[in-house]
Amino acid sequence: MSEEPLLAVERLSIDFETEGRVAHILREVSLEVPARRHVALVGESGCGKSVTMRAIMGLLTTPPAKFRGGEIRFDGANLLRLSGREREALRGTAMSMVFQDPTSSLNPVFTIGDQMGSILKYADRRLKRSRNAVERKARIAEVLGQVRMADPERISRAYPVMLSGGMRQRILIAMALLSEPRLLIADEPGTALDVTTQAQILKLLRELVEARGLALLMITHNLGVVRESADHVFVMYAGCVVEQGPTHAVFAKPRHPYTRALMACIPKLSGGGAMRGIDGSLPDYSAPPPGCRFEPRCPLAVSACLKAPPHFEVAQGQSAACWRLEATE
Amino acid sequence: MSEPLIDIVGVSKAFPIRGGLFGGSRGEVRAVNDVSFRLDRGEVFGLAGESGSGKSTIARMILGLEAPTAGAILIEGRDFADERDWRKRSPVVQMVFQNPGSSLNPRRSVGDSIAVPLAARGLERPARRRRIAELIEQVQLPANFAERYPYELSGGQKQRVAIARALAAEPKLIVLDEPTSALDVSVQAKIIELLDELRLRLGLTYIFISHDLSLMRAFANRVGVLYLGRLIETGPTDALFERPAHPYTRALLSAVPVVSDEEEALKPREPTVEGEIPNPANMPTGCVFHPRCPHVMATCRAQIPGPDQVGPEHIANCHLLRSSDARATHPLLLQESRQ
Repeated sequence: MSEEPLLAVERLSIDFETEGRVAHILREVSLEVPARRHVALVGESGCGKSVTMRAIMGLLTTPPAKFRGGEIRFDGANLLRLSGREREALRGTAMSMVFQDPTSSLNPVFTIGDQMGSILKYADRRLKRSRNAVERKARIAEVLGQVRMADPERISRAYPVMLSGGMRQRILIAMALLSEPRLLIADEPGTALDVTTQAQILKLLRELVEARGLALLMITHNLGVVRESADHVFVMYAGCVVEQGPTHAVFAKPRHPYTRALMACIPKLSGGGAMRGIDGSLPDYSAPPPGCRFEPRCPLAVSACLKAPPHFEVAQGQSAACWRLEATE
Repeated sequence: MSEPLIDIVGVSKAFPIRGGLFGGSRGEVRAVNDVSFRLDRGEVFGLAGESGSGKSTIARMILGLEAPTAGAILIEGRDFADERDWRKRSPVVQMVFQNPGSSLNPRRSVGDSIAVPLAARGLERPARRRRIAELIEQVQLPANFAERYPYELSGGQKQRVAIARALAAEPKLIVLDEPTSALDVSVQAKIIELLDELRLRLGLTYIFISHDLSLMRAFANRVGVLYLGRLIETGPTDALFERPAHPYTRALLSAVPVVSDEEEALKPREPTVEGEIPNPANMPTGCVFHPRCPHVMATCRAQIPGPDQVGPEHIANCHLLRSSDARATHPLLLQESRQ
């Protein structure tokens, strides 16, 4: 890719140190989100997707987290070199986040209007913009309209408890849009909701990012959600990106043994095909396998796998970190 | 025809809403309305529905934790409604809960947790120990797990312990309430495999409650779809997934995010349903789905639709199935008339 992507994570390695124990969580994670593109980071619990997301947002506390190498570039600037203040100026403005849990992410004792007002005030201050109370109110009503909330006036005066789960998730999306960000990071949006409500939320999110030309980084464990919301996917296992590529290509022909095993675990709505699990469990991060981190569970593992594999290009834009790609051809 | 293992006949459950100065009743929440279904031995019956559909209330009534306000639940032909002694009914029906983290006592070792139902049945200590070892082996955990505590176990291992505990009472029916929804897919597949194997080996019958329709397709042989306390469609799994007749079932299936083009092509063509499930304290008149139904007609607002047979053992409650106008537009009926 010749053009610099909006967000680029390059060979990012992060350890966690607690009470003398060192956990080697991320190992050389690289991913890119070009402007106006929709990218998903997918993996099971404990794979490091949340750590990656928190590192991008600048939400990791150091210590216990420790950056061992690599960089995170946003719009050309290395975020790990910025001062605390410069970093904070970006968060919630140029990049903002849609949180997963619509119940615990809203403050129960303030009205929706109050909470959105303070977010907007904060963002305005960071961006050295000024807006009076009337203008702020108008902006809040505008954004509430964009997330299809009927009667923004009434919603502004409501407390979170008065709204349904689906409405609260819409509010969280509205909050992320307030400052007109260029990158939206969505952490498992809609997973806490019912299927029909989740479908509404995903559709809304898709329409909004498309209409506004935003870049989207979707963090999820659900491969179905990836297929419906992202055109490019990064698959993580045990702190490593094991495979990446255009969503349709990776889903049609996954090449890394982990991606293949993960796909085989998913029951099909159309029936047929046996669901197979994956034997074993995640490695201990304080003593991870020295080579490929999937090696202890991999049915194709050979002695070469005791050395960490680089990414090999397997098709246009698709690559996998595996020594046994000839076996998955 | 042989007697079903469990026969649920026109069961309803209403909870009063208390309030006001004297704590009098201010109305009621009708959580379950006139639900009937039966289960033969060895079946896996899937109950699908979103939050507020009444699936947990049905489970609680089958377990005897709630009494129905109307109708009857017959287990092997017997109605336990007046049976106050839970020990008499619990051996027949057991339950596995959604969250194994909170359903196991953190201060009890795995062996002690499994021993509780055994002790309740009066098993002596040596016999108990043998039975615990046998149960741990049945759920494919290493024998030394009896001495471990829940915090030492992964989510999948905890769920295996919960299954062992349910098996301890030698039940005939196990109600599985979202047994894998807290687990990763790679672990989920293993738990489902185990449940299926136990069913065959021990001749168990399951009621499988889930919101994951893809999983339901893989695991259940018959499915009932609940909406606002009513069973709106039931049928053999393949028929219901391939030829869903009720607009809600169709909407539910079309909302599932899938991983392949082949699955996408099989989804019913339905617009995303708008709005959310209404408050069950404020039940819509007529068909419960009418406020969100894209095909709503005048009759739907006035009358509760009766059951119609749409295929062998496949029943749906929808006015469209009887309306001659709707026959021209109903996607399912249209498909059939073309064939």
